Amino acid sequence: MNSRAEATLAVWQVRWKGLSRGWYRYSRNPLHVVGLVVLLLIGLAAGLAPYITPYPEHAGPYTNFREAGLPPSKAHWFGTDRVGRDVFTRVIFGYRFSLLLGIVVLAISVPVGVLVGLIAGYKSGTWIETVLMRVTDIFLSVPPLVLAMAVAAMLTPNLFNAMLAISISWWPWYSRLIYGMTVSLREQYFVRELELTGASKTHILLREILPNCLGPLLTKLTLDMGFAILMGATLSFVGLGAQPPTPGLGTMVAEGAKRLPAEWWSTIFPALAIVGVILAFNLVGDGLRDAFAEEEV
Amino acid sequence: MVVYIVKRLLQSILVLLGLSLLIFFIARVVPGDPARAALGNLATEEQVERLRAEMHLDKPFFVQYYYWLVSVLHGDLGRSLYTQRPVTEDLMQFLPATVELMLFATLISLVVGQTMGVLSGYFRNSWFDGMFRVVSYVGVATPPFVIAIFLLFVFSQLLGLAPGVGRLPLTMMEPTRITGFLVLDSLIAGRLDVTLVAIKHLLLPAFSLAIAHIAQEGRITRSSLIDVQQKDYILAHQVHGIRPAKVIFKYLLKPSIVPTVTVMGMDFAFLLSNAFLVEVVFMWPGFSRYAVNAMLSKDLNAIVAVVLVIGLTVALVNLLVDVTIAFLDPTVRIRRRGG
Repeated sequence: MNSRAEATLAVWQVRWKGLSRGWYRYSRNPLHVVGLVVLLLIGLAAGLAPYITPYPEHAGPYTNFREAGLPPSKAHWFGTDRVGRDVFTRVIFGYRFSLLLGIVVLAISVPVGVLVGLIAGYKSGTWIETVLMRVTDIFLSVPPLVLAMAVAAMLTPNLFNAMLAISISWWPWYSRLIYGMTVSLREQYFVRELELTGASKTHILLREILPNCLGPLLTKLTLDMGFAILMGATLSFVGLGAQPPTPGLGTMVAEGAKRLPAEWWSTIFPALAIVGVILAFNLVGDGLRDAFAEEEV
Repeated sequence: MVVYIVKRLLQSILVLLGLSLLIFFIARVVPGDPARAALGNLATEEQVERLRAEMHLDKPFFVQYYYWLVSVLHGDLGRSLYTQRPVTEDLMQFLPATVELMLFATLISLVVGQTMGVLSGYFRNSWFDGMFRVVSYVGVATPPFVIAIFLLFVFSQLLGLAPGVGRLPLTMMEPTRITGFLVLDSLIAGRLDVTLVAIKHLLLPAFSLAIAHIAQEGRITRSSLIDVQQKDYILAHQVHGIRPAKVIFKYLLKPSIVPTVTVMGMDFAFLLSNAFLVEVVFMWPGFSRYAVNAMLSKDLNAIVAVVLVIGLTVALVNLLVDVTIAFLDPTVRIRRRGG
């Protein structure tokens, strides 16, 4: 029993070492740390939006025309929009919906894509692979934005359908990634040996092959959070995503753009907010790639 | 090579068939009656019933799909609810404006991207290189509609350097439509003033479309340049006293053509989808804005047609790029012949 505890301890020590080495590689570029801090701040602000924003009631269908179109000031950091709502409050709430959209999209598309990729890669050379990868090709044959827009439009445009539409155009990228890795991992000796010892296919796929794909998967996931948010903002900008009065970041940019150049703050600040969050996710994703870089060799 | 092209063509056709099945399926399972939508609320139940029979809506799904596919192959994409005209006619009207915009954007991104890439690769680690890297990082992360709004705001509305939205000012007569490209049509009509105005209107939207690609192409040219710069034969050229400009353009830039063409092919899909947003911001009367309007008014026939046309274009461009690469890069050609 004692030796077992020691073994567990040793395993954790190795893991800790790997983790701290990863953090060392991650933090070598200060920009990566900045990205992480910005992301944490955005996440915290979005999570606590109803408690920390100055005017939480402005997130919904609130109007106060006496305060409409005010420029940025101490009371309204980002000014107010055309019906008198605080733009800062709505940007924080916009982050809340954006992050929710990113999480839901990845929660739907990653498991589907990974599963398809694992099965197609493991069964490469059979008709299962052909069918699965051809279906993947079909979903990849139009740009993801166009497919998502078309699907969102044919369903009724709202936040939920936007999430669904983006997921439909997103999973094939994951099945491509995992497929490629599984095909090469399958040929390695540890998988061959497991097959010979009679390990079940589920065990081989989920406990042996999948953990070996985690590095690139996590990196892509982080980068994709940013791109999913970008696509959500794009859909709502066009009018095919979150509908007013929901404070979608894209919706705010579109509504504000009608009042350029006079009331520039109601469109420029939400636009900068979108750029900021995508940039932060990109920085963190690049950092993760650096952190995992040597582990793969 | 011919075998390879035929093989790729067959693959593309299969994928396109799959795409048509997918998009037609979604269009039929969504709630709502296409016949009722086409006739409006005032039509009687009898009229709707007749149109349903005409559109084969009363038959099973695969029979519907068969009839639809046959008419698509005959060039009939159905009638648009939004413009009340055949979709094919609409596409013919709106496509040239988008092609003109995308060609301009490609031209800009090639010229500017290559120049930036060469400069920042050649003067590596200088202030220019650092600035270019920051700008390209931000350029990739900024959504095209934000870039478009920002450029419109700064250059048109604040500084007044560029015209506003649209292809031509409302007061200006369009030249007779021959190709649909305003720049070409006005040249043919001998109206140089219109050509100039049309180009001015093209600049901002084309730039907004090009910025993300400038960043991408610049980065690739830069890294390829740095790669090649360390090769011995470049040093030999320099030692022999060949002028730096000649070394750059004749020997350094050549190897970066293949990755640039590859990326251009991959980027084409993104250029096309970004055109959707730029056209919305600049009220560009093109294919993408027609598509967005069709989507907003839930015009099923037009949406299906738009997706199919885009799928077809992307497939053709990818094929073209692969063939071009095979001609540019002998190693690819040989590998394909073997495999």
